[in-house]
Amino acid sequence: MTATTAAADHDLTQFYQVFFDEAAENLDTFEQLLLGLDVDAPSDDTLHAVFRCAHSVKGGAATFGFSDMADLTHAMETLLDRLRRHEQKPSTQMVDTLLQAGDTLRALLHCRREGGEPPATDGLLRALARHCEAGAGTPAPAPMQAAHGMPAQPGGARDLEMLVGPPATAAIADDLIELFAEVSGGGRLERAGNAPGQAGDCVRFRLNTTASDSEVLDLCSFHAPRDAIRLQPWPAARAADFELFEPPPVLPAAASALSGTPPAAAPAPAAAPRTAAAETIRVSVDKVDQLINLMGELVITQAMLAQRAGQLGTGAREQLVGGLSDLERTTRDLQESVMAIRMIPMSDVFNRFPRMLRDLASRLGKQLELRTVGEATELDKGLIEKITDPLTHLVRNSVDHGIELPAERIAAGKSAHGTLTLSARHEGGCIVIEVQDDGKGLDRGRIIAKARAAGMDAPDTMSDGEVWQLIFAPGLSTAEEVTDISGRGVGMDVVRRNILALGGTVELDSARGKGTRVRVRLPLTLAIMDGMSVGVAGELYVLPLASIVESFQPQAGAIRTLAGGAHRVVKVRDEYLPVVGLRDAMNAPPPDEAAPPMLVVVQAESRSMALEVDRLVGQQQVVVKNLEANFRKVPGVSGATIMGDGRVALILDVPALVRCSPAAQAVPA
Amino acid sequence: MTTVLAVDDSATMRQMLASTLTQAGYRVIEASDGADALERLRGERVDIVLTDHNMPRMDGLALTRALRAQPQTSGLPVLVLTTEAGDELKQLGRAAGATGWLLKPFDPVRLVEVLRKVAPGEPRS
Amino acid sequence: MDMTGEGGRIARDAANRQPRPGEYLAWRVGSEEYGIDIRKVQEIRSYEAPTRIPSAPAHVKGVVNLRGAIVPVVDLRLKLGREAGYTASTVVIVLSVARRVAGVVVDSVSDVVDLAADAIRPPPEVADATGPRFITGVASVGGRMLLLADMDTLLSDTLGVS
Repeated sequence: MTATTAAADHDLTQFYQVFFDEAAENLDTFEQLLLGLDVDAPSDDTLHAVFRCAHSVKGGAATFGFSDMADLTHAMETLLDRLRRHEQKPSTQMVDTLLQAGDTLRALLHCRREGGEPPATDGLLRALARHCEAGAGTPAPAPMQAAHGMPAQPGGARDLEMLVGPPATAAIADDLIELFAEVSGGGRLERAGNAPGQAGDCVRFRLNTTASDSEVLDLCSFHAPRDAIRLQPWPAARAADFELFEPPPVLPAAASALSGTPPAAAPAPAAAPRTAAAETIRVSVDKVDQLINLMGELVITQAMLAQRAGQLGTGAREQLVGGLSDLERTTRDLQESVMAIRMIPMSDVFNRFPRMLRDLASRLGKQLELRTVGEATELDKGLIEKITDPLTHLVRNSVDHGIELPAERIAAGKSAHGTLTLSARHEGGCIVIEVQDDGKGLDRGRIIAKARAAGMDAPDTMSDGEVWQLIFAPGLSTAEEVTDISGRGVGMDVVRRNILALGGTVELDSARGKGTRVRVRLPLTLAIMDGMSVGVAGELYVLPLASIVESFQPQAGAIRTLAGGAHRVVKVRDEYLPVVGLRDAMNAPPPDEAAPPMLVVVQAESRSMALEVDRLVGQQQVVVKNLEANFRKVPGVSGATIMGDGRVALILDVPALVRCSPAAQAVPA
Repeated sequence: MTTVLAVDDSATMRQMLASTLTQAGYRVIEASDGADALERLRGERVDIVLTDHNMPRMDGLALTRALRAQPQTSGLPVLVLTTEAGDELKQLGRAAGATGWLLKPFDPVRLVEVLRKVAPGEPRS
Repeated sequence: MDMTGEGGRIARDAANRQPRPGEYLAWRVGSEEYGIDIRKVQEIRSYEAPTRIPSAPAHVKGVVNLRGAIVPVVDLRLKLGREAGYTASTVVIVLSVARRVAGVVVDSVSDVVDLAADAIRPPPEVADATGPRFITGVASVGGRMLLLADMDTLLSDTLGVS
């Protein structure tokens, strides 16, 4: 096999996936950096970094022969190079064009990955060229490969380079070679190695012939369409693709280790500081999920062991106790590490917004500043994906209906630009995400009017909190006109439903003229949870530990009844809390013996209640399994788990229980 | 075995270089920028350095200068990978003490030819 | 939802409702004997009291732990309006139903019968339209009459299949 054929066999497609992933990341970074660029006082670091993003994508695109991407990135790079060398100053229009170019690159990348109609790039190429001051009206920079030609020798044989395809196959190549060999006057056709940057599905030949171009094309058209064939003079002197400045140095005999000490000693300290780029590996989500499942099985098995050990005689149990408690500790540590793999910082979600808000604000003529707090707060990957759409809707709402036009704001004594704050923090076993704006706030009167017009019962005596809840009712839109930005009133009720489906809650708070805040609360991890098991009659139920405030045995007479026995309350410190019997809530059978009840105070959505149970059983980690896999959603139940004895126990949905307890609203002050 | 240190901030490029060179019989060590390259050189025997220019933290020319400034590495062959035949980078490369330059995107056969010129002898020796 | 995908699924479902010749598990509820395609049967277990689910209808006994999976248990005798007793020989057939796994409680399981195509007849036309649509065929086997049952149809509502 000759060297050139070996080169032709060099299959680049195995590197496509790495390039696609890397280019996608580069384009994200590119966009973020541009959005963060201060056009009036641009940071050199940012300009260099933006340039490198474009440069990197160009390198890969050129290598794989993706000429549309290579040309576009080349034009972007030309402009960015001028900017980073301070040959030109950046402007908002330049940033806009560059952002659009980034979008187009994403689309081109997508077409390469999945197929489809790639977008045209002519407009952008012209726009980019226009921005380069020195190049007003010059055509887009020429594509990467340029061959040097030898003038045709009239009357004599010419050396031509023939490119066939796309597409072209090895079979077509062989057919053409045979054909030219058989036809007299056709010339000598031989296969040549691919030129650097040539598209993988083209075949390159060297042809030495006395025939004219059109005769050559006629001959080829037996096997390949004429418009898939390109002829040009064979590059006589290949444009230099390498150069050695001086005679190659004699290879040093000794090892080139930097440290004078023997290599063995050195690596340890050097290993410590590494770039982040070298420290991550890509892992498929399926593998992580499998790991989490196995982790769950391990927790169950460990609980079963602990339970069975409890049933052994004292001697045997003592022998096992040390080992079992080590096992429990290791399992817990392992579990935390495994769950942490799926945790992703909120910045991943927050980062989508600057670009969207920039476009939105400019379209609406509003001025906007985005603040983010707590981007490092982590959230499970599954939840991140599902929370993005609802959050996007809330953010759009704030900009569309909350933040006023600059003139209005100034008239109201506010700054011309509105501030939108996105924040995330951990609280208890939850993550709390807030979208807050300093806009005009919700109009209580208008909401009530709309609600009534829609046939809902909305008395004037409703508290503000209750009025804001009306916003979540389906079909209620208080926007003056239906804009294409947030759509109709279907928005908020879908948002709430999506959040509830994740096991979370959403609350609204607003002050006229000051602004609105939406607070979303989500459970932190879906799979493993600390629980407290409680018993009612012969049944066992599990309460999430994070929602438990305290538990106690009430003294005789501590539980009072109200409203003729319909509701019960108990005094806890200075508050009267509603008492709800778990037996009633779960339709459980009456107790075998009259045992003194226990009260467990639980809390959800800033409301508390006391749950009455027959007994407290114990505290343990439980693996949360959902019922919906094989059954349906059961009200009041958020999942199920397998206890140490192998039986299933239902996990209670505390927020749902608190919400449904009618007594909660009737508590006296 | 002849060892090449391949320095490029693009993972795609690094993979392609590593694949090409390993198939040709070289041992390949990867670094993601100039600073990372200097780290990797501690305690590792390297025969040739192949580096991109545009990288964060420390670019290819700065790496070349750093290598030339240290006695242990002053004779180490350094090839700078560059896109297009831009004269400026070549001149800067020569001034920084690079051994030579190579055009990107690279032809795998060409790459091996150039490396053999710089470090003659079979890679697997 | 794309139309070709949906159309394909409907056609496939219609095809599935025709009982195919092959092996069937025969089981009893009350005085009737039923048969279900053996390919849908995962295993047979003895009955153990499941964990009760509040607000579930009477024929949904609850859920059990099947090697780590939470599986609902439906008492077919109650679902079909018969009497239900729980003895040592009460049996639970674990099946795949509508891409889920569920257990059904029956009075007893008899055997596996091999039904040839000519042994399977279409179900009798029932005068009242609300009749048992889950019977997709009737088979004669050595003097026995087996009612061939389509569990997807019978249990979809109960299991919350949309």
